[in-house]
Amino acid sequence: MRILLVEDDPTVAQFVVKGLREAGHVVEHSDNGRDGLFMAASEAFDTIILDRMLPGGIDGIRLLETLRSQNNATPVLLLSALAQVDERVAGLKAGGDDYLTKPFAFSELLARVEALTRRGKSDGPQTKLLVGDLEMDLLSRGVRRAGQKIDLQPREFRLLEYLMRHAGQVVTRTMLLEGVWDYHFDPQTNVIDVHVSRLRQKIDKPFPSSLIHTIRNAGYMLRPE
Amino acid sequence: MIRSASLRFATLFGLVFALSALALVAFLWFSTANLLDRQVEAAINADAQGLVERWSEGGVPALLLTIQERLGENVDDDAIYEVTDSLQRWVAGNLNQWPVKVETPGVFYELQVVRAGTRSLADVRRYDLPGGFHLLVGRDVRGRVELRRLLTNALFSSLLVIAALGAAGAFVIRNVFRRMVAEVSATAEAIAGGDLTPRVRRSGRGDEFDRMAESINTMLERIAKLMDGVRQVSNAIAHDLRTPITRARARLEDASLHARTEGELRAGVERAVSDLDNVTAVFHALMRIAEIEVGARRSAFAEIDLGPLLADLAELYSAVAEEHGGLSLRLEVPDTLAILGDRDLLQQAVANLLDNAIKFSPDRGHITLAAARVDRQVRLSVADQGAGIPEADRPRATERFFRGEAARSTPGSGLGLALVQAVALLHEGSLLLEDAHPGLRATLVIPAMSPVQQMNSDSSAPHPEDTATLPSDLRR
Repeated sequence: MRILLVEDDPTVAQFVVKGLREAGHVVEHSDNGRDGLFMAASEAFDTIILDRMLPGGIDGIRLLETLRSQNNATPVLLLSALAQVDERVAGLKAGGDDYLTKPFAFSELLARVEALTRRGKSDGPQTKLLVGDLEMDLLSRGVRRAGQKIDLQPREFRLLEYLMRHAGQVVTRTMLLEGVWDYHFDPQTNVIDVHVSRLRQKIDKPFPSSLIHTIRNAGYMLRPE
Repeated sequence: MIRSASLRFATLFGLVFALSALALVAFLWFSTANLLDRQVEAAINADAQGLVERWSEGGVPALLLTIQERLGENVDDDAIYEVTDSLQRWVAGNLNQWPVKVETPGVFYELQVVRAGTRSLADVRRYDLPGGFHLLVGRDVRGRVELRRLLTNALFSSLLVIAALGAAGAFVIRNVFRRMVAEVSATAEAIAGGDLTPRVRRSGRGDEFDRMAESINTMLERIAKLMDGVRQVSNAIAHDLRTPITRARARLEDASLHARTEGELRAGVERAVSDLDNVTAVFHALMRIAEIEVGARRSAFAEIDLGPLLADLAELYSAVAEEHGGLSLRLEVPDTLAILGDRDLLQQAVANLLDNAIKFSPDRGHITLAAARVDRQVRLSVADQGAGIPEADRPRATERFFRGEAARSTPGSGLGLALVQAVALLHEGSLLLEDAHPGLRATLVIPAMSPVQQMNSDSSAPHPEDTATLPSDLRR
């Protein structure tokens, strides 16, 4: 995947570039808004990681607005040291697809970038999700594994749907909290772990192989063994 | 001197005093002059009527005789008569010549006349008699001029008295002012100098100055309390952030100096990262509380239905509660409960309360999440059956970083209730901590949406329950 990183802090930039390359992505880096805008507008990227505050007259929000006004729909992940909820809303309003507050764990950044890239690709309305021998019918809201019907609570269904839509990708606890529950705060207790473990009881326990995997220091991943 | 407020007030006081005295004298003058005028006019009319009667009885000789008599009897020497013939020649009376101005009969004239060699002021009236005779009847009104002079003199001498009284009053006022201002400014200066303890002294009379002193003192108490809070918070920050930072630093240094294998090095670094994540979380929570306390989040207020919001949270947490020692979470919330507020913050506040309840509940305990509308308020409570918070600790439980004895052994930052409290205050409500016998009941009291607000924001599709509550609310 081709990713553009616009970030002025050299340490953070180096760390992110290195990590993304290790994960197998092609990364271009710009350390100011002017060059960043030029690169974003003239080349094709799968995702842009954009710092909110940039030197050189054009900050992240300006860059994003300019890009969107040119009908450039490349998914954009905003990075910011501003944690206020209003700032997050402003970032998303300007056309951002996701928002991550500094300091962040690299695993969180990587998971979100990969989720964004996937989102950009599959736009067509799906009626069925398939991962290994697990299938989900979005119309009848039925779930089967190896032909066996599985009963899920509405919230469990949404949790599984989210995992299936991001099958093969790491999904962090924060992403689940935001994507499934639409909560934007950090609970003290590990509420997500409990819900995932309940889902496992139904999806994985009765079967010989597991589909839901715990990724250490990151989150979860749904994939066929 | 002009820049002295006390002097300005004093001057104003003197001015008002002088103006009212002036108004009194003016009133006296006008009412007296008016009365005198009317008396003179009545006397002239009566006099003239008598003369005309005498004339109609006995003709000119009788008239002249009567005039002679009346002049003779006039002790005050203020009567004026004159009779002239058709050619305006003098026939009788005590005026030497007919005043030119007096042309129309039946009208009162006020004019200067010369009588017996002296000039004076007179009110006169003309009557035309058959046979071409003209009769002039009048009264000397020098007395009125005298009165005016008397009153003017009185006014001037009273002005002197007024000025003296005004100055004395002004002086007293200025002194009272000075004393009060000196008291306040001495206190303010002492505080500006860094000592927050002095307070404005009260006279004990319970007057306006006392009330002002009281409100200034209340303000100072509040400032002192806030300063104390800031000091406590910065101490707590220093302690609560320094500890994990020190730990992280120690781990990193230890790893870099003593790690013999890559595995040990990695483990050390990872633990340090998790310590730093803790620092970030505490920092984030502090910023959040500060942001809420400033009130910046009021812009995100919208109509929220607490019913589904709380049901969702209960669903999220009931699984956790069950895993955590088999706790049960009971939800006692109506289907719809509209309030005006910030969705994200209310979710976080309730989540904090539920986190606490789960953390402090004994195994197999019950947790109750309840919400109801009571009068004009929505009471949202989370109750557990844990150890609760001792009475003595409750007022401090919502302070940042405060951790009770029972909480010291459990993980946590001591910021949870502080955030809930900040959210409550942002919603113009409060957070009550009560004994749930056993356990703690934390209640968020938030003003409910008034029916008017509901109608305005919700005109498209009013809930049946809202319309049902409407008449009873209007009755109040």
